[in-house]
Amino acid sequence: MNLTLRIWRQQGPDTDGTMTTYEVADISPDMSFLEMLDTLNEELILRGEEPVAFDHDCREGICGACGMVINGQAHGPERTTTCQLHMRHFSDGDTIDIEPWRAAAFPVVKDLVVDRSAFDRIIGSGGYVTAPTGSAPEAHATPVPKAAADTAFEHAECIGCGACVAACPNGSAMLFTSAKIVHLNSLPQGGPERESRVLDMVATMDDEGFGGCTVTGECATACPKGIPLSSISTMNREYLRALRKGA
Amino acid sequence: MALATRPRTTTRTDRRPAGTAARLWRSTIGKKTVMAVSGAIMLLYLIAHMIGNLKVFFGPDDMNGYAHWLRTLGEPVLHHEWFLWILRVVLLAAVLAHGLAAWQLSRLDIAARPVKYAHRGRRASYATRTMRWGGVILALFIVWHILDLTTGTVNPNGESGHPYENIVATFDTWYGNVIYAVAMIAVGLHVQHGFHSAAQTLGAGSRTRDRALRATGNGLALVLTVGFLSVPFGVMTGIVK
Ligand code: HEM
Ligand code: SF4
Ligand code: FES
Repeated sequence: MNLTLRIWRQQGPDTDGTMTTYEVADISPDMSFLEMLDTLNEELILRGEEPVAFDHDCREGICGACGMVINGQAHGPERTTTCQLHMRHFSDGDTIDIEPWRAAAFPVVKDLVVDRSAFDRIIGSGGYVTAPTGSAPEAHATPVPKAAADTAFEHAECIGCGACVAACPNGSAMLFTSAKIVHLNSLPQGGPERESRVLDMVATMDDEGFGGCTVTGECATACPKGIPLSSISTMNREYLRALRKGA
Repeated sequence: MALATRPRTTTRTDRRPAGTAARLWRSTIGKKTVMAVSGAIMLLYLIAHMIGNLKVFFGPDDMNGYAHWLRTLGEPVLHHEWFLWILRVVLLAAVLAHGLAAWQLSRLDIAARPVKYAHRGRRASYATRTMRWGGVILALFIVWHILDLTTGTVNPNGESGHPYENIVATFDTWYGNVIYAVAMIAVGLHVQHGFHSAAQTLGAGSRTRDRALRATGNGLALVLTVGFLSVPFGVMTGIVK
């Protein structure tokens, strides 16, 4: 199929950018969205033009690098990552708008690449458990109730892609932060740092310039890993509990 | 995960010792909590107020007697009208806290998304999108409402101690009906989103409970709007005169 692409081109963090139009021909419906962009980039290189910069790594939906907004939706029309989105969801002759994640906390580095290191700093401020390393501990030393294990696992699925921030009208990182809080605070291993974790991670989240939650729900709709909106409520409960305890 | 362009420390060593209230107000979740609690206070008041308004359908003696009783409530422990004044102070504090937190959070939220998408995607529900302007309309309405039916300043009748006659006078004017209709629809929309939002903020949300919370919010919104609007409707149709 033949497509018209309107892609955000921006030379660097401090330069202005524009939507630039490109045509691509003979795209197979079995290609992934990133393969379609690879096709465009090969052509651009042959023509002596600069290829479109975009982040990608695993191309199997687990690293969270391939963030871009496609036709106004984070990762495009399907609830998946851009690398797992196939061209069969588009039709011949379509015009597709491709933009970077938009949030004050995710500055554009180049074209579709944004700097998501604010997420790393949120994780760094409490998204871990403090434990002695070395030989693996005896697996049965700390029993984990099945329900807690399931909740933790579900929330550990967050891949830090940032689609939640990109989709939120307030550029809020509440869903991302709540995924890690719920993951670790559900487990006995997360217990000792239960209060400081939520207080510190929320403080970092606020400092990084992410917005607040207005319960619009766009984040959970966009999340490729199905982190539910109610996880934010659980994080709020943990936060208010920690404040009451004066941790 | 991504390029580090801004060097930052990742461990928080700047956890300043501060009172719980100060820490609450400093965080986005804390400000939202203030909005949820003040919103809930106003919501409880609105429910009581709406039910009280229905007295108008039982005639002037019922309505005016009820208004008088409100002033004697709590006696002899409380002095005459004290209950009413305590209520007014609590409500004023709630409105101010709610408005201030909304203002500050809105500024943070707008700053967090400085660049709009060229391709506009799906939009949130009408109630969700109108919380800010709906809130402003409600704030203006509260001022008008007090000048109309509390102080009587802008009321065509404006007789203190005679709320029944003042209410009828308000809804005998076209603008009275328009102002109250717009405001009560705004209340409905605000509560529709606000109830679920407050529950979520206070930590009551869960996957199994979300549907029930939304339904409760919708129900409350409908009951409040219909209940409040029944009064101007009653005057317009001549049931109340
Ligand atoms: C001073 C006038 C008012 C302003 C400026 C205002 C503004 C706002 C704003 C901006 C929000 C947040 C919207 C969101 O979450 O997307 C909100 C939430 C809310 N409002 Fe108001 N509002 C006002 C009056 C009222 C009144 C009269 C009530 C009583 C029913 C009320 C009840 C609520 C509730 C319960 C919430 C949810 C709080 C939460 O999200 O946790 N508001 N309001
Ligand atoms: S919560 Fe979902 S959308 Fe947000 S970063 Fe994690 S996986 Fe991506
Ligand atoms: S490239 Fe890893 S999730 Fe898409």
